[in-house]
Amino acid sequence: MNNLPRILFISGSLILLLVFISPIWRISLEAPQYPDGVTMYIWINKLGGKTRGTLQNINILNHYVGMKPIDPESIPELKYFPLVIVAMSLLGVIFGLINKSGLWIVWIALLLILGIIGIYDFYLWEYDYGHNLADDAPIKVPGMVYQPPLIGSKKLLNFNAISYPYWGALFILIPMILCFTAYYFRRKKSSGYV
Amino acid sequence: MNSKNISILLFFPILFFNTRCNQNGNGSAGALGTSYAAEKVYVAPGEKDKYYAFMSGGYSGQVSVYGLPSGRLFRVIPVFSQDPEKGYGYNEETKPMLMTTFGFIPWDDAHHPKLSQTKGIHDGKFLFINGNNTPRVARIDLTTFETTEIIQIPNSGGCHASPYPTENTEYLVAGTRFSVPIPQEDVPISSYKENFKGTFTFISGGQEPGKMDIAFQILVPGYDYDLAHSGKGISHGWSFFTSYNVEEDHTLLEKTASQYDKDYIAAVNWKKAEEYIAEGKFREMPAEYYHNFYTDRTHSATSEVKKSVKVLIPEDCPGMVYYLPTPKSPHGVDVSPTGEYIVGSGKLSADLTVHSFEKMLQAIEEEKFDQVIDGIPVLNYEAILAGVVQQPGLGPLHTEFDGRGNAYTTFFISSEVVKWSLSTYEVLDRQPSYYSVGHLMIPGGGSAKPWENGEYLVALNKITKDRYLPTGPELAHSAQLYDISGDKMQLLLDFPTIGEPHYAQAIPASVIENNQVQAFPLEENEHPYAATRESETKVERQGTEVHVYMTTIRSHFAPDNIEGIRTGDKVYFHVTNLEQDWDVPHGFAVMGNTNAELLIMPGQTETLIWEPKMVGVFPFYCSDFCSALHQEMQGYIRVSPSSANVKLTWALGDEVFEE
Repeated sequence: MNNLPRILFISGSLILLLVFISPIWRISLEAPQYPDGVTMYIWINKLGGKTRGTLQNINILNHYVGMKPIDPESIPELKYFPLVIVAMSLLGVIFGLINKSGLWIVWIALLLILGIIGIYDFYLWEYDYGHNLADDAPIKVPGMVYQPPLIGSKKLLNFNAISYPYWGALFILIPMILCFTAYYFRRKKSSGYV
Repeated sequence: MNSKNISILLFFPILFFNTRCNQNGNGSAGALGTSYAAEKVYVAPGEKDKYYAFMSGGYSGQVSVYGLPSGRLFRVIPVFSQDPEKGYGYNEETKPMLMTTFGFIPWDDAHHPKLSQTKGIHDGKFLFINGNNTPRVARIDLTTFETTEIIQIPNSGGCHASPYPTENTEYLVAGTRFSVPIPQEDVPISSYKENFKGTFTFISGGQEPGKMDIAFQILVPGYDYDLAHSGKGISHGWSFFTSYNVEEDHTLLEKTASQYDKDYIAAVNWKKAEEYIAEGKFREMPAEYYHNFYTDRTHSATSEVKKSVKVLIPEDCPGMVYYLPTPKSPHGVDVSPTGEYIVGSGKLSADLTVHSFEKMLQAIEEEKFDQVIDGIPVLNYEAILAGVVQQPGLGPLHTEFDGRGNAYTTFFISSEVVKWSLSTYEVLDRQPSYYSVGHLMIPGGGSAKPWENGEYLVALNKITKDRYLPTGPELAHSAQLYDISGDKMQLLLDFPTIGEPHYAQAIPASVIENNQVQAFPLEENEHPYAATRESETKVERQGTEVHVYMTTIRSHFAPDNIEGIRTGDKVYFHVTNLEQDWDVPHGFAVMGNTNAELLIMPGQTETLIWEPKMVGVFPFYCSDFCSALHQEMQGYIRVSPSSANVKLTWALGDEVFEE
């Protein structure tokens, strides 16, 4: 049982890689004439939609109010976030093998900070899309901005924009919990209680 | 029966139902109570119907799609007729669909819609329908609700006994309604008996889009072949065709073709015919006919002209065709769900004749032949008879089944639907129709599996007289919905139809509603003139031909300003709709265009030819209200004199391009 915290920590680091299998965030636009909603999925490495045409449809809707098109190519985060995830996972495995609790808590803190930075970065993108509107937009509503909520729902003209984390986000949360649990047990052990 | 008697038959019932109508007032839901009937057909806003119903448009050349039980109209599908609304038959992509050996024929008399079948059950993949006038059979794809294939029938003088597919849609059939010289030749009409022939055509490829082909034809005596049904279950492998005018006359047929007591139902053993084809017992006969096929890969139709057909002659092929004597010019021939009963509706007979398939096989085995006509044995009437429904009504036309052992027959002259038992041949119920019912349809009622064991019946009426608000001399034809789930039929609803509905089909919505194409993927668009993104748009001049590669997306065309066109040019607008969302077609209409608009589905490319005759600047615009800025979805095309030297340019916003 001596190895349990270590196994837990390394498992946690590896589970982080599962973030690639599901979107981490979901933004949905709902209006009466879109009975199925227009739903965009944000993955760690790409943008997707419920249907093939979703992103194009969102851009068509957005262009009326002067929002710039959402183009995955123009979002560098989609390229380097995956590298960060792989690096963190690798680092976690190495720290697990080194088996020093100090390194573990550093790793956990690092993941937490990166997570917060990620969410803040997401917020900045949302802010940018919602506020930087073309001057020659066909539809201009004085005082109106189109920033979707980070979490929750918000009425944007005829649409209700709903934004929540999606399953993929769990694969960032679970490693944090697992690794912190590992850290906790290891500390207990080294202080002689177990 | 002589002609005098027939006219008495025809007149009495008219008097009969006139008096009855007076008694019944306007024939509303009657004893049932209007609110009860209303509840049965009410489909609340936002709710969907239980069935799709496909009704032939008759001389409109179309098929209309309704919901049951509400009777709401969803769509009109052009088949043999041009449709300016959708551009069908007007745009360059669909013009080949209407090509025949007689040239471009933008109309036909569309008769009998039939759904494709697998194991005798409607599978919801395709709908087929025949064109009677210039013999053709068409396929409608039920994922797009578009006509995608039309095959012309050679050696035929009218395609009425069609398409009536076999159990697994191995074949669609086509009996010639009018016999003609085969091959066609310049002969006196009075030489009918020597020179005129009929044919039964078997079309293969029903389950494979693009593969419809004439497998073989059977040359038969020169009668009028009226309707058909293919066998199922125990009678799988056989098809049945009714005939009238076995008198083989060619003038005043209303009298001359009604002389004999019995005409024939032809029973064709098509499995035997396949064997004869395999043995090479056919004659290869030169016969030109068109095969037109539309594919969603190129969003275009192509025509192929075929040159010959394989023809089987009954005299060379024993055991392939038999005649079943059936009283008085039978119209419909309908096969019960098990395949055992073959109902012949002798339209001038007082009785309804039911033949037994088992007895037919036995009579063939025992060679109970009354005579042989051109190699076709005529079976003994008594030997094949299953039963007779005694005096059920006047003018029987068509029968369908509920899967509970009951049959329902329409009576044109006495204007009613009669329910009778397939085991006792007793009449169980009768309900008036308003008026002069032709075909009837029970969802799945002509297949091996009537849905829900017979829930609804739709009567398709030829005459409506006082039933609706009048609309000048031409009044609506109509459909009437009956609830047949109980012992007595109950009239629920009346609704007008498009054109004249000859027959209909219905299928539970659940079988097809989830197979609908919502948009055509742009990356799969293989149209040679497609522009699948705005950067691919351009204008090319080749002499006096100008090709505009144009795109649409909410809410603009690209390009939307074009200059350098000259009078005398032939301008091809190839418009690709870049939308990939459901229900976002764009229209394209240009001023002074001499045919119709384009209505382009998401991901589709369509082409309109515009030949400007006048100098000036002409607008084009989107004709389908697509978005909040639809009214702004417009552009201009500048036409200069033919001698002018204006440079060919095209523009969108600030960007101007030139060749």
